Amino acid sequence: MKFALGGSGALVFTRGLNEIFRPVALQASSRPVRWVFLVDTYKCIGCGFCVKACKLENEIPFEANVSRTWVERYIVTKEDGVFADTPKEARHGFTTSRVDLGQGKYKDIPREIIDKAFFVPKLCNQCEKPPCVQVCPVGATYQTAEGVVLVDQKWCIGCGYCIMACPYGMRFFHPVHHVAEKCNFCYHRLAKKMKPACVLACPVGARRIGNIKDPGDAVAKTIMTQRVSIHKPEYGTNPQVYYLGLSEEVR
Amino acid sequence: MHFLRPLYVVLAIAGIILIARTFVVPEDFGIHESGYMYGWYRKANEGEWKAIKPKYQGREYCRDCHAEAEQQVRSSGHKLIECENCHGPARSHPEDPPKLTLDRSRELCLRCHTFLPYPTSKRSEIKGIHPEQHNPDGECAGCHNPHQASKPQ
Repeated sequence: MKFALGGSGALVFTRGLNEIFRPVALQASSRPVRWVFLVDTYKCIGCGFCVKACKLENEIPFEANVSRTWVERYIVTKEDGVFADTPKEARHGFTTSRVDLGQGKYKDIPREIIDKAFFVPKLCNQCEKPPCVQVCPVGATYQTAEGVVLVDQKWCIGCGYCIMACPYGMRFFHPVHHVAEKCNFCYHRLAKKMKPACVLACPVGARRIGNIKDPGDAVAKTIMTQRVSIHKPEYGTNPQVYYLGLSEEVR
Repeated sequence: MHFLRPLYVVLAIAGIILIARTFVVPEDFGIHESGYMYGWYRKANEGEWKAIKPKYQGREYCRDCHAEAEQQVRSSGHKLIECENCHGPARSHPEDPPKLTLDRSRELCLRCHTFLPYPTSKRSEIKGIHPEQHNPDGECAGCHNPHQASKPQ
């Protein structure tokens, strides 16, 4: 009896260890599909339909001040430097020329002093080396075979490490479920061969999704042949949201 | 060998944890395609995400029944605008919901048609108004037909 108990204990022990440290699975897979995103800041007009569609599609309470995606406005002036704002994540678009300076202050910037002004949509970069996934203590966030980073809402304990780890500030607590939440390229739509909601809603084609593994893919071609840039390459996260026309003022 | 006793205790605790783990942790929890560092998770969760029903269906879905309206928009200045941007997500319309919530607000139109004088943005090329000066109390659709943009009725 004693031996049987000890034997089965040892068996479970080694099985458990083997499950955690399985070297075969450590080998990187060759992905048949790798979703990437292309944002064209030359095209964006700041209508915010992407933010509206995202919030409704993914059931993020519309009036809550959190969002999976948002649009930033940058105004570079001759005199005071750079102004940037994203009023209510641009869920209602940019309907005024007054820039939100925060703390209830606004500033109207006259046309004469503007050197350049443009809109920059932001969304999860679905990094190839996601720091948010590395820090999760319970395996509740992970990278799928297609390169998209997902959150397991049932498994998340709400510790918030991943929210702190993301250099892009893409993660937040879901106001209803109280677990980590983020953009996942509308994974449920991709599974049904549909475009993400923001891509569908964008009237000007400023947001596009593609498969970098498919040589015939228009987005993949643009990324490979045009001059594109990424956010914060110095962090080594290898982000997979590419931008056309990104300016050094953009943070 | 009294000094080994704490070691037995530690080993026993570790053993109990690993035994308990086999009951608590689901079968499909472990290392998957992206390796130990990025792919340590519960596989069934992928399916849970995939099972979510899309709410935005796209204009092709609307066209099946509202071909005339869709054609009208398509031949107007608003041909780039998805039906659901103004009418709201279709979900499983007409079953659920039987009626969509159309946003007729001024704010909806102002998303694009507030004039913003940005020299390096396409926004300044859209026909824009100054909302405080251009019929501030009026409803846009009172004069303009959103399905036939450009000319006032």
